[in-house]
Amino acid sequence: MDKNPFSLTGRHVLVTGASSGIGRAIAVESSRAGARVTVLGRDQNRLAQTLSALEGDGHEMNALDLNHADALERMVLGLDGVDGVVHAAGITRTAPAKFISQDDFQEIMSVNVQAPMELTRQLLQHKKINKAASLVFISSVVGGIMPYKGQGVYAASKGALSAYAKVLALELSARKIRANSISPAMVRTRLLDSVNIDAATLDADEQRYPLGYGTPEDVAWAAVYLLSDASRWMTGSNLVIDGGVTLT
Amino acid sequence: MDVNEFVNAFAAEFEETDPSEFTAGTSFKDLGEWSSLTSLSVISMIKLKYGVIVSGLDVNKCTTVADVFALVKKSNG
Repeated sequence: MDKNPFSLTGRHVLVTGASSGIGRAIAVESSRAGARVTVLGRDQNRLAQTLSALEGDGHEMNALDLNHADALERMVLGLDGVDGVVHAAGITRTAPAKFISQDDFQEIMSVNVQAPMELTRQLLQHKKINKAASLVFISSVVGGIMPYKGQGVYAASKGALSAYAKVLALELSARKIRANSISPAMVRTRLLDSVNIDAATLDADEQRYPLGYGTPEDVAWAAVYLLSDASRWMTGSNLVIDGGVTLT
Repeated sequence: MDVNEFVNAFAAEFEETDPSEFTAGTSFKDLGEWSSLTSLSVISMIKLKYGVIVSGLDVNKCTTVADVFALVKKSNG
């Protein structure tokens, strides 16, 4: 019987950063594509809102700080095997290079790079990643393709994440496990609040985008594609979705 | 908080403009070196030195260095 290659029916997908923005949209769109989703995030209330927005049954939530090693290991040990993992948790702060503090560096790197690497390590160690699973890392065009002033640490963290995904792709291919990253350009989410840019500047920036800024769903649909069999020949790629801004 | 100290700290965020060009009354957006990057630097300096978070829009609404100082003083309570 033919099966829709874009369907996630029968798949268990783990999504980090699912309490808002791109992570929440990925959780919702994955559930709409048929997946059973486990959502992770730090904010219990907002995570519960995500959980209630999911379609279908069997979804779960787990509110935790991924940088808390014990909590992370407890979560992983209690997890059913996963067919997909989307690393969407990410933070930023704005500071020009001469003002980047050690605190900025450590906080951003720990959330954007260390946590996804440690989660991956634990999932692998505890044999929770099923054969032919798909690992998706939400990176950014800022990570080496289109810089924004004041985003030095964020850029370094996202460049690191995309590079790491390529190594994973190579290491895990024997078990048909795929790893890819998505590099979106500007998407309106809560993350922008921490960038400290005003609405007028954002509106002017958006004028540079042939298709305007993106929505969380625009990124989520790419993630669903990468989680599905439709992308089964794709690994180690960095999918740029940018509303055409890097053409200009 | 001293306005002269603030003017000096403000001036220090510029690489090319001579510090002597800065007074409390300087219309900083008219300076050739004013840009999105100097704006980010001023905002970061204010956060670091005065513990106050101001937005780019707040700074852009100001005309003189003294206006920015008033903003910082107000936010500092």
